[in-house]
Amino acid sequence: MKRKALSLMCLSVLFTYAAMPAAYAARDMIQIKGSDTMVNLGQAWAEEFMMQNPEASIAVTGGGSGTGMAALISGTCDIAESSREIKDQEMEAAHKNGHDVHEFIVAVDAIAVVVHPSNPVKQLTIEQLSGIYTGKIKNWNELGGKDQKILALSRERNSGTHVYFLEEVVRMGVEKGPEQFAPEVLMLPSSQAIISEVSQSETAIGYVGLGYVSDRVHIPAIALSNQGPFVSPTLETTMDKSYPLSRSLLFYTGREPEGTVKNFIDFVLSEEGQEIVRIMDFVPLR
Amino acid sequence: MKKFFEKIIEKIILLNGFACILFVILIFFFLAKDGLALFKVSSPIQFFFGLLWNPLAEPPQYGIVPLLLGSIMVTLGAIAISVPLGLACAIFIGEIAPRWMREILKAGVELLAAIPSIVIGFIGMTMLAPFVKNLFGLPTGLTALTGSIALAFMAIPTIVSIMEDAITAVPRTYKEGSLALGATHWQTIYRVTIPAASSGIVASIMLGIGRVIGETMAVMMITGNASVIPHSLLQPVRTMTATIAAEMGETVIGSDHYFALFAVGLVLFAITFVINFFADMALHQQKK
Amino acid sequence: MKPQTKQKIAFTCLGLVAVVVIIPVIVIFVILIDKGISAINWQFLSTMPRMGMRAGGIYPAIMGTVYLVSGTILVALPLGVLAAIYLVEYAKRNWWTRMIEIAIVNLAGVPSVVYGLFGMGFFVIFFKFGASILAGSLTLAIMILPVIITASKEALMSVPHSFREASLALGVSKWQTIRCVVLPNALPGILTGTILGISRAAGETAPILFTVAAFYLPRLPKSIFDQCMALPYHLYVLSTQVPNVKESLQYGTALVLVGMIFLLNLVAIIIRSHMRSKKQW
Repeated sequence: MKRKALSLMCLSVLFTYAAMPAAYAARDMIQIKGSDTMVNLGQAWAEEFMMQNPEASIAVTGGGSGTGMAALISGTCDIAESSREIKDQEMEAAHKNGHDVHEFIVAVDAIAVVVHPSNPVKQLTIEQLSGIYTGKIKNWNELGGKDQKILALSRERNSGTHVYFLEEVVRMGVEKGPEQFAPEVLMLPSSQAIISEVSQSETAIGYVGLGYVSDRVHIPAIALSNQGPFVSPTLETTMDKSYPLSRSLLFYTGREPEGTVKNFIDFVLSEEGQEIVRIMDFVPLR
Repeated sequence: MKKFFEKIIEKIILLNGFACILFVILIFFFLAKDGLALFKVSSPIQFFFGLLWNPLAEPPQYGIVPLLLGSIMVTLGAIAISVPLGLACAIFIGEIAPRWMREILKAGVELLAAIPSIVIGFIGMTMLAPFVKNLFGLPTGLTALTGSIALAFMAIPTIVSIMEDAITAVPRTYKEGSLALGATHWQTIYRVTIPAASSGIVASIMLGIGRVIGETMAVMMITGNASVIPHSLLQPVRTMTATIAAEMGETVIGSDHYFALFAVGLVLFAITFVINFFADMALHQQKK
Repeated sequence: MKPQTKQKIAFTCLGLVAVVVIIPVIVIFVILIDKGISAINWQFLSTMPRMGMRAGGIYPAIMGTVYLVSGTILVALPLGVLAAIYLVEYAKRNWWTRMIEIAIVNLAGVPSVVYGLFGMGFFVIFFKFGASILAGSLTLAIMILPVIITASKEALMSVPHSFREASLALGVSKWQTIRCVVLPNALPGILTGTILGISRAAGETAPILFTVAAFYLPRLPKSIFDQCMALPYHLYVLSTQVPNVKESLQYGTALVLVGMIFLLNLVAIIIRSHMRSKKQW
């Protein structure tokens, strides 16, 4: 008996070693990878789509918009979810690998700036936000608040939300501007963590997608400049673009979508798909 | 025929014996292959001495100093907590506790070691961080100190088990000689037993350091990940391990950022290799 | 102060410290039970997650962990036991053997995230396995190899020499002796090591981050080339990526993971003490 067990073990080990150059098993599962902001939305879409189309199979993985782009370039996903637009270098790299990149806007999102409920500051301009996150503005009293050192929170670098904030807020719309996040800025692994910290810390400020806000935090109104208008992020102000920090949520594919992938994207863009967007606290396209 | 079969088996056994050396070499090779590729585009001086870690800047900055100091800070804090606690526990288990208590304590320490780091990170995030925040009146509980406390409890089992082995390995003649001369049990412990076990104790500290500096999930969730040069334990830091785990998904395979993260991994590997090498030598010495 | 009094004080302090060290184990377990037990029911353990992980169960994560751990042991056990056999039964005390021992200590000390990097570079990319159970299992296998080797070594060394000598004196070949005399007696120790290895592999997150873990899979993996979900990664995801999850769901997942691991470790501890008292030599 023991001899059999040992030989069986040896055989399986050998089999594993021998299987190495072997068949790359054909996958019939649609791989969606990318934005953590969108991962729940992606999963909700996938669940509903699979209920209506039982033969379809969709796997959703997060990791950040950057992860999705990386997977798109390496060819390891069918759809890359992204909360920011694809960068030129990424487009180039994808083309170099023979991928024909297609872009689909599937929903809209607003970036809400969040502060502690006890914070008296109720409105901020983009320039002030930039000052906070580059470290130029260090104390709340420079913004009309209490005399307390500002604790700035951010998402990690792999997040599309982070990149969007970097380009649109910190660099005030100039994609390759010189401004950087100050080293003192905390980089938290998720929007959840930011909400959690901000709700517990009087001096904290952070930014999250609209779908993540809760009543444990307050949302100051944002304006492009001192003249205003200061707009709060809501469904309406995001849809009509009066809120300055609204962004598109996107799907990227490495080729013209066909078959189940095409059906899925059509579903996402349909009335039903967009209703799911609303349910998940994002903003539908219309 | 049987002899032939036996010879084959023995060759397979031999191969497996050397497998570990092979794996260490493989790990080093694959880390170096991608890690050293960074130095084709970025100078080593910038990497090893650069004070800014900012992969998304134009041009990207890959300075490892804040990450290295972050790791060191959390490690030192954890060691400062875990070594005294671990030593006391090891002495108690090895010398003082009655038989029944010893088994329970040893089992308890083993269970402590078994707690996955994600669970420690989770509890640290939900309970320890707010506690530290309120205790010290800090703006946030996500600090190096919080990381140190959580990691101390992860290192204690390693430290306790090796220290306890070292203490019980001290020859009985030493202890008996001391007691015969009229010393109390306690005096014997701190004047005779501990010094005799010193190289084992040193080894355990080194292995504890190795354990802590390599910890990933717990630190990623509770140290705040700010790539500052740390001034105190009460502020957020960014460790090498958390940087790799957090940023790896974002990089395109073969990009500079990808190589930079492998370079950080290579530095980590080198540090733990050196620590483990010397710890093993110290242990080997103790056994003699 | 009399030396005896000093001793009493010292011993009490040391005893208190020892208790302090053990307390977190109990505290963590109590917290997890307190906040997580409400989520545990048969549905939780046997159904797929729904509503973006906010409801339903963690079945695919549990099964994913089971698959990963099975694959890991399938590779690590033979490798580890054979390596231990070499070290104990065949190796001479020379420079090579010392190198192997140093290599084992080093493998034990490599940070888990470095294993993740290595697994990604080696299995996922170089061998083109992609993010898969195969890549994850192989990575975890190398990681727990030192655990298995060390436990097996000790188990083999604890078998008295007289057993081997008697067998060889009867004309049995070396390998036969190992297979029929030494190994069976070393089995409990090897088993303990295996269980500890399993418990370690089941709890690790960093090595599987880039090699196998998926956020959400609609069904269980069909082959070793598929990705899978896993308990530690699922806990990470629930506590950081999914907004507004019920607290009890997070703690419940942590409780299942810790419960599984504690159970494995307790079994190992019991086998070990049972073995120690039952030894016939």
